[in-house]
Amino acid sequence: GAGGGNDIQWCFSQVKGAVDDDVAEADIISTVEFNHSGELLATGDKGGRVVIFQQEQENKTQSHSRGEYNVYSTFQSHEPEFDYLKSLEIEEKINKIRWLPQKNAAQFLLSTNDKTIKLWKISERDKRPEGYNLKEEDGRYRDPTTVTTLRVPVFRPMDLMVEASPRRIFANAHTYHINSISINSDYETYLSADDLRINLWHLEITDRSFNIVDIKPANMEELTEVITAAEFHPNSCNTFVYSSSKGTIRLCDMRASALCDRHSKLFEEPEDPSNRSFFSEIISSISDVKFSHSGRYMMTRDYLSVKIWDLNMENRPVETYQVHEYLRSKLCSLYENDCIFDKFECCWNGSDSIVMTGSYNNFFRMFDRNTKRDITLEASRENNKPRTVLKPRKVCASGKRKKDEISVDSLDFNKKILHTAWHPKENIIAVATTNNLYIFQDKMN
Amino acid sequence: MFVRGLKRKCFDGEEDIEGTLAGIKAIPSYNLQRQSLLDMSLVKLQLCHMLVEPNLCRSVLIANTVRQIQEEMTQDGTWQMINTQSTGQASLDRLVSTDILCRSSREQAEGKHVPGYSTFNKDFEGDQGQDSLETMSTASSVQAPRNLQSNVWEMENPQENKGNFQKSLDQIFETLENKSPNSVEDLFSEVDNSYYDLDTMLTGMMSNTKMGHCDGLETFSSPTTATSSSNCKSDLNELDHIVEILVES
Repeated sequence: GAGGGNDIQWCFSQVKGAVDDDVAEADIISTVEFNHSGELLATGDKGGRVVIFQQEQENKTQSHSRGEYNVYSTFQSHEPEFDYLKSLEIEEKINKIRWLPQKNAAQFLLSTNDKTIKLWKISERDKRPEGYNLKEEDGRYRDPTTVTTLRVPVFRPMDLMVEASPRRIFANAHTYHINSISINSDYETYLSADDLRINLWHLEITDRSFNIVDIKPANMEELTEVITAAEFHPNSCNTFVYSSSKGTIRLCDMRASALCDRHSKLFEEPEDPSNRSFFSEIISSISDVKFSHSGRYMMTRDYLSVKIWDLNMENRPVETYQVHEYLRSKLCSLYENDCIFDKFECCWNGSDSIVMTGSYNNFFRMFDRNTKRDITLEASRENNKPRTVLKPRKVCASGKRKKDEISVDSLDFNKKILHTAWHPKENIIAVATTNNLYIFQDKMN
Repeated sequence: MFVRGLKRKCFDGEEDIEGTLAGIKAIPSYNLQRQSLLDMSLVKLQLCHMLVEPNLCRSVLIANTVRQIQEEMTQDGTWQMINTQSTGQASLDRLVSTDILCRSSREQAEGKHVPGYSTFNKDFEGDQGQDSLETMSTASSVQAPRNLQSNVWEMENPQENKGNFQKSLDQIFETLENKSPNSVEDLFSEVDNSYYDLDTMLTGMMSNTKMGHCDGLETFSSPTTATSSSNCKSDLNELDHIVEILVES
């Protein structure tokens, strides 16, 4: 558990979203992402909206807390579409948001639903020109005969306005549902992955993309494996990985060939034959893959565990952390109610020393790679006293339940934390419950 | 072609497990749980998602689970049918007591006693003689899969069963592939995205710039103008199709 020494003490900071338990489907949060500086925090929801929060500048008089995150911009990124040929709806749900590194005053992000990726420019306007020579303030042209002197417009301050405009729309390249987007370290290209294919795009070019991975079998009846996630290496612009529903990760080098169907490395842990059950394959399916900031390691999340892989070792992970092993005996029920197909994400802290992932009952877990200690915390409005340290939670797997422990059967499987994000530099985390976004930070002296 | 139930074993010959009550009850219980899992999986595969395209990853994982069960059943020769009385209707609302299936194979080898068997027993004796063939076409789309599962037929021999099962699994996939898109899980849609542009389709021209992965002019499932109102009908049509397959055997 946490507490004492160098362990972080997490405190509630803020919660965003509706208070009532009746969750509007459109408000379900589907992705959370900090930008590269951590100043901005973006969320996407099932209704196709993106909400960006901005951290306030630190208040020198309030040294005990960092700036709060307040709404900076809200816009409708994707709309529901109808696929006429298949008579199916294309959901507007935002599957992923990825920020581009900032190059000028404006911010750019990529957001994607199942089929279409969009590049959004978010820019501020806090001045406007006033005093045109030939035009009135409302835009109408002045009567030329009334113009007797030359007047040059000047910029005058106005209330801050944040505008989001779609700069590129990357469409019609995916037959199957997009699960990942990842921006290359060259900051010029990015990849998008669906169930069977991965495409490479140039950020400036929307009418063309290159297919770099294709695992679709000639005969669809032979389909037994799909792509579940993909990511570019943070430093090597020619390297990317993709994970599969069979628990494998393939590392590919784009210099090797145009179509990277043959991997450079295959990461797979041999199955423990004594632990085999009918659900072994399903729980081995990888729901998320993330490189460490250093690029030396990658982390994968499967149903019950988080694994850290050293890129130099393919035959097994170097670290394995159990997220909720007590669910192993409940797999049948979880299969029945479809929870076994939940896709949990995972994330690294800025220094790659701690990893975090979500669980059920609005619990989330952190694993310290150095101390080997782990902690379970809960995102709940009951704990919302700022600067009060969060109490660690414990699930009682079997036997006598101690005080303050919660038994497995009491867990609420509808309250799942699938999306979490860690500030790139500070100990500030964003945790999404179904329709609320919680922000926690470490206790400062 | 859906394998159901199991042959009640003659315990006289099972000398190696004679004795403990747990031993005798453990075997059919595992088989029935496995059967229940198989039934549940097939229902999950067949469930019709009306408007939104189903999750391909989920479908593939379920299909793989079904194949696994099939392989295991082939290997241990439980590929036999029994009469109505012993089948019981594995409730498809819930998996039967799932304790055994959640254990690792090592634990099962140790032959642990199965708690919850008594609950299962009640389900087991639940319904007798439920021949629902004639009720099938009138059942709602949710009801129908359940009735489908409780349909009874006699199989001649294990070999035929195995062939039939594989055939039926392939046929589900085939059926799904060829079916009108808005019926049952459209697992294997072959439609190329560029056809989504109605104008492009009508003029018969393809914009090359959209062919990122260059699949060429793929054939796609027969165009349908089915609207949501015909979803129910296509469900029943599809079930009729499945019934035809069953009856043919």
